[in-house]
Amino acid sequence: MPFIPHTEDDIRDMLGAIGVDSIDDLFDEIPAELRCGELEVIPSGLPEMEVARLMQTRAREDGQPLCFIGAGAYDHHIPAAVWQLTTRGEFYTAYTPYQAEASQGTLQLLYEFQSMMTALTAMDVSNASLYDGASALAEAVLMAVRANRKSKSKRILVPRTLHPLYRRVVHSIVRNQGIEQVEVAYDPATGQLDRQALEAFAGEDFAALVIPQPNFFGVLEAVDDLTDWAQANGMLAIAVVNPLAMAILKPAGEWGSRGADICCGEGQPLGAPLSSGGPYFGFLCCREILVRQMPGRIIGKTVDLDGKPGYTLTLQAREQHIRRSKATSNICTNQGLMVTAATIHMAIMGGDGLQRMAAASHANTIKLTEALCSLAGVESVFDGPVFHERVLKLPIPARDALKMLAAHNVLGGLDLSDDYPELENAVLVCATELRSDEEIEQYRNKLERVIASQVQTPCQLKPDW
Amino acid sequence: MSNTPSELRYTKSHEWLRDEGDGTVTIGITEHAQELLGDLVFVDLPEVGASVEAGNDCAVVESVKAASDVYSPVSGEVVEVNEALDGAPETINEDAFGNGWMFKLKLSDAGELEGLLDAAAYEALVAEEEH
Repeated sequence: MPFIPHTEDDIRDMLGAIGVDSIDDLFDEIPAELRCGELEVIPSGLPEMEVARLMQTRAREDGQPLCFIGAGAYDHHIPAAVWQLTTRGEFYTAYTPYQAEASQGTLQLLYEFQSMMTALTAMDVSNASLYDGASALAEAVLMAVRANRKSKSKRILVPRTLHPLYRRVVHSIVRNQGIEQVEVAYDPATGQLDRQALEAFAGEDFAALVIPQPNFFGVLEAVDDLTDWAQANGMLAIAVVNPLAMAILKPAGEWGSRGADICCGEGQPLGAPLSSGGPYFGFLCCREILVRQMPGRIIGKTVDLDGKPGYTLTLQAREQHIRRSKATSNICTNQGLMVTAATIHMAIMGGDGLQRMAAASHANTIKLTEALCSLAGVESVFDGPVFHERVLKLPIPARDALKMLAAHNVLGGLDLSDDYPELENAVLVCATELRSDEEIEQYRNKLERVIASQVQTPCQLKPDW
Repeated sequence: MSNTPSELRYTKSHEWLRDEGDGTVTIGITEHAQELLGDLVFVDLPEVGASVEAGNDCAVVESVKAASDVYSPVSGEVVEVNEALDGAPETINEDAFGNGWMFKLKLSDAGELEGLLDAAAYEALVAEEEH
């Protein structure tokens, strides 16, 4: 599709046709006090050469550190073909295209994405993606409140084992609709949602229970039990999953006796580079019975007048351009480019490849934590089973240790002291399939030296006076 | 002009209402409304036991091209919904005034019936909209 800007003459003709003098006049009805005025902090333009130099300087500052941080975004191998194909002109768009049905290739790709996500999660339906994992959860919460008609409370049960940033994003998005998140404590021994704390809410009115798998501590939750408990208590079960984990764990659609009602999460592990935090994409799947409450684009497969297969946007009546303020969401596009990469990534890896990636990440994290826990004073905080992350307690403050490791070009994990002050000196570590035995050994040796430099050991030799 | 049964009452927003004479009323959308919407693919009904206010939206009818709210002509408590529409929303296209009924209310104020249109007034309204 060509992009042809309007000429001055075009603009004058169009304004003349509607009887307006200038483009600014079109915005007259916006009161002056609501206008932001001139942008003052945006610097003037730079020549391309200057920009290239600036960006290269900044890239060097990032360096090439060894990454042992996960916490929601993961350093995985991405086959070269993924982005080679994704950036082809035919695919290169950020959104669902306008006149969507004219772009059959893009629609078919989104249809394949949806099919792969339902296969991975064992859910009935998937949409064509959302912005990221945290906002996908916010949409899942809004969806649950709409769909669970038996519940009048607009309250959601959210475990403290859910990613703290997800809890904050959900709060930002749903608070103005009067939806309240009620936190459930975790078991300090296992790192799982505290079953007894949960039981205290039995019989109360909540629209849904959020169940992370794995949870923020990397620990696996007792998802069958939690799903059954939520549904027995009149709540929908919202699964928040790492899609890679679904390749080796029981998929959300098979949890408990009925399966999770909604399954969402962050799609970054499927082909998106870490890239300083984005762009990533969110996914959202659900049971078929809830499909009319599902926000976002859904691509369907159909036949044309001649009986040939074709792809089309379906269930648009839920969306903003038709349903206006009563739409299921203000989302009316998807995260097209990242989903293109994810679809190609999943197609290249296949089910076996994803399983191997997941299993290797799990094995490496076990190796890493065993290596680190061989150091005096380093131990696992929780004894629950993990996927590919684990919380470790250090003998020195986590912040200091991580800072010194970073100076040695090792990103040693995430300091948990801000979000979980009750966990002393705790770091969340991760080793994906990318981390070699040598790299794990490097981390262990560097951490050993860092600890030694901070811990004063009593001298073994007795003074001879 | 589509048929407009004379024993029913109507609203400007194209709902019909039948007074069952026992304090309950049956409500649906008119033949004219289903023609405008085209083939219906989904009907979202209120919950039994819910109380609805006259003029408030309490159901949704969805066709392939649009989703429209259905407004309750009167106030009351929902005592029954037409569950057969769940699997067969096209019943409204086929028989809007009969098997295509949507829900039944127990009236909270029988006086509200007085404010509704009779068949002649509704036909006049539809004729006016068509010009």
